[in-house]
Amino acid sequence: MIGLIGKKLGMTRQFQENGRSVPVTVIEAGPCVVTQVKSEASDGYTAVQIGFGAKKPKNTPMPMQGHFRKAGTDPLRKVMEFRLEGEHSFKLGDTIGVDILAEAVKVDVTGITKGRGFSGNIKRHGHHRGPAGHGSKNVRMMGSIGMHTFPGRVFPGKAMPGQYGNKQETKKNLTVVAVDQERNLILVKGSVPGHRNGVVYIRPSR
Amino acid sequence: MNIVEKMRATGLREDLPDFNIGDTINVAVRIQEGAKTRIQNFIGAVIARQGTGLEASVTVRKISGGVAVERIFPVESPNVDSITVKKRGRIRRAKLYYLRGRTGRKARIREVRR
Repeated sequence: MIGLIGKKLGMTRQFQENGRSVPVTVIEAGPCVVTQVKSEASDGYTAVQIGFGAKKPKNTPMPMQGHFRKAGTDPLRKVMEFRLEGEHSFKLGDTIGVDILAEAVKVDVTGITKGRGFSGNIKRHGHHRGPAGHGSKNVRMMGSIGMHTFPGRVFPGKAMPGQYGNKQETKKNLTVVAVDQERNLILVKGSVPGHRNGVVYIRPSR
Repeated sequence: MNIVEKMRATGLREDLPDFNIGDTINVAVRIQEGAKTRIQNFIGAVIARQGTGLEASVTVRKISGGVAVERIFPVESPNVDSITVKKRGRIRRAKLYYLRGRTGRKARIREVRR
C-alpha cells in the first residue's frame, strides 16, 4: 500500500465529545506527485515514486530537473518510492492527496529525529544521575562499563555517550484522529519524530 | 499565521466571560455518572492561567472544609459547562502560587473597588 510524504506542522489538541483531550500532531500530507512508475518490465519490480514539497530549480541538479520535467511538475523537495504488489492505477504526473489515507485507522510515521548532538548517557539512554552531594563526583557520569579480567572486554552495544538524534525513526500504529482532504491535513494522535517543518513519511500500518 | 496556530485559534467558545488571575470564579463542570450527567460547581480563586486558544487552561484554588483543593480546567473543554465571575480581585502578580503557603487572613485576595 502506498503512503505519502508530508511536512510536520506542529502539535495541538482536540476535544472529543466526551470532553477527553487528545494531543495531536498536524501533518500536511500532500499533494504528492507521481514522479516515476516502476514496472516489472522496465525495472524488475513494481513501485511508485512520489515527490512532495517545492524546491527552487536553481538548487536542483540538472538530472533531477529532467526527471521532474518528465513527470510535468516543478522540482520537488523529497522523492520516495513505495513498493506495490500487482496491479495499480497510478500514472506518471498523477497528484495524490490525503484521501488515500482517509480510511486508514492507524498509520506509521517516519521522520528524522531532532538532532541533540553528542549527548551523555542520561539524555541519550535515560540513565539515572549519581549523587550530587557528599563529595560525589559522578553526578552525570556513566558508571561501570563492565567486569574484570574476565571477560576482559566491553560488551558490544554498551550504552555510552555519543551522537543522539538526527536519525531516521518510525513511530508505529499512531491513531488517525482526523483527515482534512481540503487542506491535505492529517491529524495523528501523539508525537511524531522530527522538528516542525520536517519531512515525514506516512504509511498505513500493517 | 500558520495552519496549526489557526487551528488553535478557530472554533473557540464565545460563551465564557473575561476573567483574570485573582478573580473568584464558578466553574460548572459536567460530570458523567454512568448514563447520567450532572453539573458540579467549583468555586475558587484563579491562581494561574496557562496557554492560549484551544490549549488554554486555568488553575482554580479553593479551601474546602479546611483542605485546600486546586483543580486545573482546560477552558475549551466541553466538560466545562460554564464559567461565571463571582468577584474581581486586585493582585500584583501573574501567578498566585504564594497563596499555597498561606491560610486564613493572609490568604485573602483584595477585591477590586469600583
